[in-house]
Amino acid sequence: MLVLSRRIGESITIGDQIEVTVLEVKGEQVKIGIKAPQDIEIHRQEVYENIKNENKQAVGFTVDIKHFLDGK
Amino acid sequence: MKIDTKYFGEINIEENDIWHFTKGIPGFLDEKQFVLCPLEEQESLLIMQSVQTREIAFVVAHPFSFFQDYDFSLEEQIVEHLNITTPENVLTLVILTIKDSLLKATANLQAPLILNRENKQAKQVILHNTSYSTKHAITLNETAEEC
Repeated sequence: MLVLSRRIGESITIGDQIEVTVLEVKGEQVKIGIKAPQDIEIHRQEVYENIKNENKQAVGFTVDIKHFLDGK
Repeated sequence: MKIDTKYFGEINIEENDIWHFTKGIPGFLDEKQFVLCPLEEQESLLIMQSVQTREIAFVVAHPFSFFQDYDFSLEEQIVEHLNITTPENVLTLVILTIKDSLLKATANLQAPLILNRENKQAKQVILHNTSYSTKHAITLNETAEEC
């Protein structure tokens, strides 16, 4: 992991088209602004992980579809 | 073309049965083509089967059959990415996670599947700043009886 220190208002560029800016710091919370192309998705990491894990769980179970709808 | 499926053995599909998830879905970024297979005797639930990987099949549901108040907005960049021209063309489905009991399942309302009927483009959209979670309880048996 590349580690850089930034002050409020300072930015980091990633590749040609992504810019990350520290907007505000309040106690332990940092407000971060991100400029990126429309087709790149940005999510809170734990949210993305959560969706990923839910999908994997959903696929893992093999349903007995013959009896699935019988209520058995 | 023939494909191998998790629940239905070998089935025949047409090119225009295929939904194109150009970015895959979280956890399965390489799975970009799925077909929807009906489940007999009811219409609220379907199987979403990967075209290329037999084992990858999801139970999906029409969310409004179970959650009448389900409501969300699609961000402009999603509308553009899927080239959605009118809301009538949008099919919304949610992935179910089925636990040990077949009667109880949870629906992922935080990340619905958005499918554009017009061009067969699709995406799993993670809703931002929402109170919906990945695990909303639903009871399947009730629906089977209703249908």
